[in-house]
Amino acid sequence: MARIGVFVCHCGINIASTVDVKRVAEAAGQSPHVVFATDYKYMCSEPGQQLIRESIVKHNLDGVIVAACSPGMHEKTFRAASASAGLNPYRCEIANIREQCSWVHQNEPERATEKAIEIVQTMIEKVRRDESLHPSRLPITRRALVIGGGVAGMEAALTLANAGYPVVLVEREDRLGGKMARLSGTYLNFEAAPDLIQGRIEAVLNHPNIRVLLRSRVTNLEGYVGNFKVEVSGYKVSGSGGGDLKPETPKPETIEVGAVVVATGWDPYPMDRLPEYGGGEVPDVIDGLTFEEMLREGEIRRPSDGRVPQEVVFVQCAGSRDPERGVSYCSKVCCMYVAKQAMMYRQRVPEGEAYVFYIDIRSAGRGYDEFVQQAMERYDVLYLRGKVSKIFRRGDKVVVWGADTLVGRPVEIEADLVVLATPMLPSREATSLAQILRIQTNEYGFYNEAHPKLRPVESLTAGIYLAGAGQGPKDIPEAVAQAGGAAAKVLQLFAQEAMVQEPTVAYVIEDLCAACGVCVSVCPYGAREIHPVRRVATVNAALCQTCGACVVACPNKASRIHNWEPEQVLAMADVLMG
Amino acid sequence: MAVAYELDPTFGRVVQGRSGVPILRCYFCQKCTAGCPVAYAMDYKPAQIVRLVQLGQKDAVLSSTAIWLCVGCETCGTRCPNQIRLAPMFDALRYMALEGGYKPEPSVYALHRSFLDSIRLWGRVHELSMLMQYKLRSRDLFSDLMMGIGLILKGKISFLPERIRGVSQVRKLYETGSSEVER
Repeated sequence: MARIGVFVCHCGINIASTVDVKRVAEAAGQSPHVVFATDYKYMCSEPGQQLIRESIVKHNLDGVIVAACSPGMHEKTFRAASASAGLNPYRCEIANIREQCSWVHQNEPERATEKAIEIVQTMIEKVRRDESLHPSRLPITRRALVIGGGVAGMEAALTLANAGYPVVLVEREDRLGGKMARLSGTYLNFEAAPDLIQGRIEAVLNHPNIRVLLRSRVTNLEGYVGNFKVEVSGYKVSGSGGGDLKPETPKPETIEVGAVVVATGWDPYPMDRLPEYGGGEVPDVIDGLTFEEMLREGEIRRPSDGRVPQEVVFVQCAGSRDPERGVSYCSKVCCMYVAKQAMMYRQRVPEGEAYVFYIDIRSAGRGYDEFVQQAMERYDVLYLRGKVSKIFRRGDKVVVWGADTLVGRPVEIEADLVVLATPMLPSREATSLAQILRIQTNEYGFYNEAHPKLRPVESLTAGIYLAGAGQGPKDIPEAVAQAGGAAAKVLQLFAQEAMVQEPTVAYVIEDLCAACGVCVSVCPYGAREIHPVRRVATVNAALCQTCGACVVACPNKASRIHNWEPEQVLAMADVLMG
Repeated sequence: MAVAYELDPTFGRVVQGRSGVPILRCYFCQKCTAGCPVAYAMDYKPAQIVRLVQLGQKDAVLSSTAIWLCVGCETCGTRCPNQIRLAPMFDALRYMALEGGYKPEPSVYALHRSFLDSIRLWGRVHELSMLMQYKLRSRDLFSDLMMGIGLILKGKISFLPERIRGVSQVRKLYETGSSEVER
């Protein structure tokens, strides 16, 4: 006979107003395996937890059931309370009688009470068969991999390196700096982007803790949080120390790291996908990044004949917010950089005219709206509210057909140069990299964060973190902020003494295993493989998420989960069907 | 399809400079139009006039009835979130229309002239003589006649004008502060 204690929570009135908690406790007390059963107003309160601790000692309990809310809420709380009284925490279980009972059966208190009694009965069958389990501890490799050498990747690398940890920075191009190195002045104060980024590049190249691999790619990733093995291929030059970048043989190298920060950034939208705007066809129709490069070089000249353009038209949302021809999302940075580009153009060519077509202005951010207003007020940039319908050549001019919806009339501008604010796309290699890293992307290839509000810098794969525009369109300060956040998450991981591995994972009874490989194919987490020598299925406990797919699939019942043994599950089912 | 506008950004700067009103600041919330007591009678609403000025639609603006129908009540300017006072802008536009040879709204222009003449003569408005002058100018002799008689009987309109003491200074204002068309 087991010696189980049952603690029924009122949860204020959340449970007690529907379920007769006293009856539930009494019914539980009838079981020969239960030596103590009671109810209390709030089990999660300190007096409630103290009641559990005292009862474990007083009644020498070997199992605890807390009939309360979802285990997602307080399983940890009650297991910790049990452990502090000397009970193995994996012998403490939650019977969910709130989310799965009182809340959904408020109109039927009598039947809800009966259901609560049954739920507790099933947990008695489980707990009396629970084993004492012990979490395992795994070492952590305190080295980080950062993928992408733009402003976000460099920020993450510097933060980690300054904290004292070695960092490997992998960059696909032959230089650091990413897109920011190609920009001119930055909003809001026209500070030169190349100057800003150059300081960062030098800090990264000269940092003793950072190893930079240029012209290289991550081609494989194995292992799990704290202990990844990354294969980096095709690098040609490497260096820390800046000056002597020597070519190396492009052969894959395997690097052990504990965490990965993915900062692969963005790529511009292909111009030839915008034929109605003359993209790829009319030489004097260029994209925002190309105009940035003109502004950075200092000379604003038309690509066709090298003349200084006297009338420049900027077209916002050229492909963004246009599900029919482009992408449905807002690229977020264009309203701001178009205002900046128009102002910089008017500074350089004071006699020239600048026009901006927009759908609406999205200038959220401190000082951002004032900045756009400045373009209209101080720099006399003419903003026209309406979408451009067509852009084409007429002689040496570029004709823009649009509308001013504020007076409801079409407008035509004969321009010298047209700048399209095209969408920000995720890096062209993002989708294939996501497959290698086993992280998810959205329909456009932007990396998915673990939670849109509460976990914005983590991927759903433990140990892999996100920074910069690879996760979604972002401007420089946002990318830098996210990179700092991602680095902080890596530091949180590295600050732990060891990785604590939950013991409630799958295992294999090797005598029953026929090495058929079904478990390997059904496992969504890559946690299963067939041992090449011993010819039995194995479990990588660090990757297992306790989903149970292998248990269901195994024809020999060799795959099991600790404390979710078939005998336990069948006994629980018997209660419900009995 | 209506004929496409040819844009002329310089016109907005001219009107802005002449009126002293920051017209380029407007972001078209339309609050001015929403509160205007005479917008119902205008061909272009106040916010549209601001927009047309920005776009450089000189012809459309200077030949519109709107610039003559504005009564200068300042409701728009008081409410504007961008400190754009439309009444001075309308003043500037009326001057520019006259200078440019655009035909003003006849009855409005007749009242405008009669009003200014009355002030030049007496230093302040004398309603009875001003309205008589207006009626002669507009050749509309009989409208509102009964209301006028009622006002006279109630003593709201005096028969005799009063000349203010500093009328010569008022006249000096006419000489120095105004353009040819006003005189």
